[in-house]
Amino acid sequence: MGLEDLQHNFLTARVEDLVKWARRSSVWPATFGLACCAIEMMAAGTADYDLSRFGMEVFRNSPRQADLMIVAGRVSQKMAPVLRQVYDQMMEPKWVISMGVCASSGGMFNNYAIVQGVDQIVPVDVYAPGCPPSPETLMHAILTLHEKIKTGEITQRRRDGEPLHLVETPDSPWVPAQPTAVRIGTPR
Amino acid sequence: MSVTAIGALEGFAPTTSADGTQSVFTDLGRYHTLISQLRDSGFEMLVDLCGVDYLGHPGRSLPEAVAPERFEVVVNMLSLSQKRRVRVRVQVSEHTPVIDSLFDLYPGSEAMEREAFDLIGIRFAGHPDLTRILMPDDWEGHPLRKDYGIGRIPVQFKETPGPR
Amino acid sequence: MNDDTTVNDDAVSVDFDDDLLETSVVDNIVTGNQAAWSSRETSEGAQELRRRDATQADELGRESGAVLRLSDGVVLDPTQIDIDRPDDETMILNMGPQHPSTHGVLRLMLELDGETVLRTKPIIGYLHTGMEKQAEALTYVQGCTNVTRMDYMSPLFNELVFSLAAESLLGVEMPERATWIRMLMCELNRMASHLVWMATNGMDMGSSSMMIYAFREREMILSFFEKTTGLRMNTNYIRPGGVAADLPDGWEDDVAVICDTILERTYEYDDLLTGQPIFRERQEGVGNLTAEEALALSLTGPLLRSTGVPWDLRRSMPYLNYDQVEFDVIVGIYGDNFDRYAIRLNEIRESIRIVRQILEKMPRGDYRVQDPKVTPPPRGRIDESMESLIHHFKLFTEGFKVPEGETYVAVESPRGELGVYLVSDGSSKPFRMHVRGPSFGNLQALPLLLRGGMMSDAVAVISSVDPVMGEVDR
Repeated sequence: MGLEDLQHNFLTARVEDLVKWARRSSVWPATFGLACCAIEMMAAGTADYDLSRFGMEVFRNSPRQADLMIVAGRVSQKMAPVLRQVYDQMMEPKWVISMGVCASSGGMFNNYAIVQGVDQIVPVDVYAPGCPPSPETLMHAILTLHEKIKTGEITQRRRDGEPLHLVETPDSPWVPAQPTAVRIGTPR
Repeated sequence: MSVTAIGALEGFAPTTSADGTQSVFTDLGRYHTLISQLRDSGFEMLVDLCGVDYLGHPGRSLPEAVAPERFEVVVNMLSLSQKRRVRVRVQVSEHTPVIDSLFDLYPGSEAMEREAFDLIGIRFAGHPDLTRILMPDDWEGHPLRKDYGIGRIPVQFKETPGPR
Repeated sequence: MNDDTTVNDDAVSVDFDDDLLETSVVDNIVTGNQAAWSSRETSEGAQELRRRDATQADELGRESGAVLRLSDGVVLDPTQIDIDRPDDETMILNMGPQHPSTHGVLRLMLELDGETVLRTKPIIGYLHTGMEKQAEALTYVQGCTNVTRMDYMSPLFNELVFSLAAESLLGVEMPERATWIRMLMCELNRMASHLVWMATNGMDMGSSSMMIYAFREREMILSFFEKTTGLRMNTNYIRPGGVAADLPDGWEDDVAVICDTILERTYEYDDLLTGQPIFRERQEGVGNLTAEEALALSLTGPLLRSTGVPWDLRRSMPYLNYDQVEFDVIVGIYGDNFDRYAIRLNEIRESIRIVRQILEKMPRGDYRVQDPKVTPPPRGRIDESMESLIHHFKLFTEGFKVPEGETYVAVESPRGELGVYLVSDGSSKPFRMHVRGPSFGNLQALPLLLRGGMMSDAVAVISSVDPVMGEVDR
């Protein structure tokens, strides 16, 4: 459908939909690459996997300018306060993807030095498993986040520890209530 | 001076380990002199300095003249000109875990000694900045000691806490 | 260990011995209180750079890069250290752990006079994973999964050195094919690691297209790794006893294509970077190092070779079959950043040369040692033979026992001398495994290299030192 097919010269849409479309089309990640997952995150941003098609190739170095924090790698006890500080510096709306098993649950390092899951420190929206997750897995996580933004509420502020409430709308194949492992495109 | 000669002078007769390197044992008093003599006889680089906690070890093979203690400081040295390695092992007691620092001989040992202090608790006398390096500054305890638990939290379907 | 821990079905309230975990960490796990983290401080107290009057004389000298006077045993006098700006005209700046150019979570505290760096103190530990402690809880069969995540740019080297250490204590001989396969995978890994270095170094210098090019080349190597080992990174392929699986059919063609393509592309990188005036201006004469300083600071790898010392473990103390292949050891002259760039670029070409020779020389045979006590039996045999089933079971539950002893084995990783000091007590788990990571020593060169340069040179120098924080912090 090209613009030449339009009969009228005005469009109507809901503010909500426009805001959500804008938000999910240019989610700018903050650089928070810690360990091996950071390399796969960099690989996802470069050729062959190219995050630029989602508008995400600009990894903002300053958290003030970023929307998304991809926690890529294992979070040690010394790094944990820094992680929280960077998260606090980000402006709302902000999302967190926990990339890799070390960020999601401590991974294979169930010991004194690693925080067992970054959701002890920041509220996480999407978990991407893998050690390290291949760039395709990361992209799946990002697309899941886009779905979540598309079906979420724009004005609700997230309380610490609680994920955004997913709203079930007629055109969205989502099952809300709790974060679950999701397949994009598979109807309920 | 060959390693055997140095070893006999400043320490005890060297033994040979599985990888073919000679290990020279010495005591706390002669440790610094031994390393300095090794440096003068062509061991230009100090490759690695680490501490080992032998608590609970069933029995290690030491030469007879060496009295085993709980901690051991192991120094691996490399001679680029002679293409050989040597290892120096010193027993450090549990009650006074203090040993001389090699910082004035090899500045590259600074970070390694801090790591041995941080993780095992061996103090190095004469080190310029003996603070923790890997753990947060207010951490208590020395994690690589054998009486420090691994800190494992229980996980569903794996019932036993602690190292398996 | 803690045998009396009780866990409720809600998995919320747990009893711990207090000495196992720091109390506030326990609280946060128990209550899941995320907001509590907002009030925690990020300062590291005594580990940070302090004002000059609060710092000891020899530490002050260290932070300002005085190396040789220290290694001569001269006691430093604070008034003699030539920091020619008084205290109140300088600024202490924190280049924090989260930073685009620190190559991972390295924190640098710098004392700056305008743009010029006077003193530096690197603060590490932000990626400390307790891998040496974890290794004491894992068997030798599992140990490679742990060790491989230390230097995550070149995981196969970590596995190689751990396997070599375990095998030297075990006293097993590797079959020829296994050794050649290990060499092949390691040289491909060296190429991949140097390509990532070219990418990040180019990016730090401002050439973001270099990042895209080098990662594109690296994808070819990673897809070969995926075909052979199953994973792109952190492969757990080289294990004590050999390698995990044989090379797939048609590997010769894949490797030949990789070699030819990447060799051509390295000449394209020459066009892009080597002759480019801005790149040369930013790299030449920056981060100068002399051979005496490098030896005193325990530097190895491209840092040491850039000063003119032709030390490469593959040539000087050969392991695997490196004495049977021809390659050159690339040595620099001036010890500056540009030398290190040239060394790494040419090491890619030398690795291609080695891989081509391995292509011709690869023998047929076993890819792992045929000792049932060390390597697991083929999966098909488990259904047929009771012995195989028992061996498989014992190996994967208990692991093989390694005789008592201690050993230190080192290999030449892309960053320098990577060594493992392994102490065994006769059981199936290491008693003490200490990894000598090359980046841990190489970071000690930073105060020396940064002194007197500008802030932007600091970025270039950190990139040139090529630290991988996984092996620095372990």
